[in-house]
Amino acid sequence: MSGLEQLYQQIIMDHSKSPHGYGLAEGDVTSHQRNPVCGDEVTLALRWSADGTRVEEVAWEGSGCSISQASASLFATLAAEDADAGNAWTPDDLQAFIDEFREALRSRGQIPLDEERFGDAAALSGVSKFVARVKCAMLAWVAAEDLLTRKAAAG
Amino acid sequence: MTLSPAPYAGGVTEAAPFSSAELEHIRAQFPILRRDLYGHPLVYLDSAATAQKPTRVIEAEATFYREANAAVHRGAHTLAGEATELYEDARGTVARFLAVNDDEVIFTSNATEGLNLIAYAIGNASLGRGGAAAAPYALRDGDEIVVTELEHHANLIPWQELAARTGATLRFIPVDDSGAIDVDAATGVIGARTRILAVSHVSNVTGAHSPLDRLVPLARAVGALVVLDACQSAPHLPLRPRELDVDAAVFSGHKLYGPTGIGVLWGRAELLNALPPVLTGGSMITTVTMEGAEYLPAPQRFEPGTPRIAQAIGLAEAIRFVDELGFDRIAATEHELGARLLDGLAEVPGIRVLGAGIDAPRVALASVVVDGVHAHDAGQVLDNVGIAARVGHHCAQPLHRRLGVTASLRVSAGVHTTADEIDQAVAAIAGVRDFFRLTGENA
Repeated sequence: MSGLEQLYQQIIMDHSKSPHGYGLAEGDVTSHQRNPVCGDEVTLALRWSADGTRVEEVAWEGSGCSISQASASLFATLAAEDADAGNAWTPDDLQAFIDEFREALRSRGQIPLDEERFGDAAALSGVSKFVARVKCAMLAWVAAEDLLTRKAAAG
Repeated sequence: MTLSPAPYAGGVTEAAPFSSAELEHIRAQFPILRRDLYGHPLVYLDSAATAQKPTRVIEAEATFYREANAAVHRGAHTLAGEATELYEDARGTVARFLAVNDDEVIFTSNATEGLNLIAYAIGNASLGRGGAAAAPYALRDGDEIVVTELEHHANLIPWQELAARTGATLRFIPVDDSGAIDVDAATGVIGARTRILAVSHVSNVTGAHSPLDRLVPLARAVGALVVLDACQSAPHLPLRPRELDVDAAVFSGHKLYGPTGIGVLWGRAELLNALPPVLTGGSMITTVTMEGAEYLPAPQRFEPGTPRIAQAIGLAEAIRFVDELGFDRIAATEHELGARLLDGLAEVPGIRVLGAGIDAPRVALASVVVDGVHAHDAGQVLDNVGIAARVGHHCAQPLHRRLGVTASLRVSAGVHTTADEIDQAVAAIAGVRDFFRLTGENA
């Protein structure tokens, strides 16, 4: 696979064309993130269980390049799959995913995403060789981290 | 689609484009062009963002540091004298380049700083600084600053801020659907209240020349100052601010094959010497007491502290480089490249060239939107074959918004650009929709 094909794997192309988790609702607490260089935007919400301890769903809306939009879609898919399997994320689980994702994406191709943990989102590993695109892939995850920080601050 | 025949204001050049042997000789002077990317030779088509540097410019900066480095305008030792002479020679080279007086040339860190400098100086005049000499330039409630809708953010935001500080109103001349400045609308915007018109010489998104011959007289008729952003014209055509009848002009060194960290603000001497300073400190004063200071005239008035000595010397070398190539021949060559680029892109289905319909001379530059593909993704396809092109809004969000897009992919030529490189870029752009499997689909 060429570098370009590693970047734009079929999974990424599919998610960018047919995004999952797309659509925010009234009352969602959202974080809006932008990449000022190119205008990519993602507005994301974490929908928590009634007791506020688990992420049941990730919802988002946005516009921009295929990497930024596919990454948000893959993130929502990952959250949904783990929730369906009875492993809905705690705040610590989510933070761990964000940290691992960031470490891999910033590794310049040295650290691949763990397919066992990240599922289809592991296809985003290819982005890490393209330094200028890491920020695109990070947008949704940064939005989630922002929401976590705000949730922790609110107590 | 063809280019307007005039490559620069003043008419059709009769000069011959560079021959292939000459172009090879020019290319050999740019060491970075020897780089390979992903197994492809670098095709650098982002000169409008920053130009590459010929060896002689790199060497001019390095030689200064190796052989003549000293603080300028202070100290009496031999090196200090040599450094001062080199720095002031650089100012003289810029002045001849612009056909203006030496003491009207102010070195800044970039064009953005030059525009801010003028805006802040007028802001200080509006606070009463600079006394009676500066008072005619003071802005107050009811005064208007006029820009155009296609300005680079550097020629928009400083004026927004100046308006906010002084109570003046910022107005803009709209662009039409083609992306051209709407000259008819300008007559309704520039009026008795207009105090400043700030406009770019050449658009960094469409490459089209602004209709200065129409706009400047409107400003002149109402006694407004005219500030010109010449960043995108200085590398491509002879820049003569006095002939253009403007009061101040800025350009950046790094787009003109010079170093980063250096720009030029030219202003009419009577304007510069009337305006109060902005940044203050050493090297710009005559007498200082604990209560106040008296300031030197321009250029020192606007160059406090140790200036950008090596960068100015590097810029002077870059100006000698383009002067030796000759702007008539640069323009002739880039005119052919620009026509080849636009004609080539006109044949590519599923893309839109921003400003393609503008009826004006233009530089060899095109911003493209590929239907159904974000500019970032399109640019990645070019990068994969070693083509460096700019993606994004090119610091011109209002113009992109007006044209109904958020971002575009920009290809821009420099003196080292070949016809083959233009063809490679056109072919790569033509392949973008294939790569994203959109061929045959409507976006």
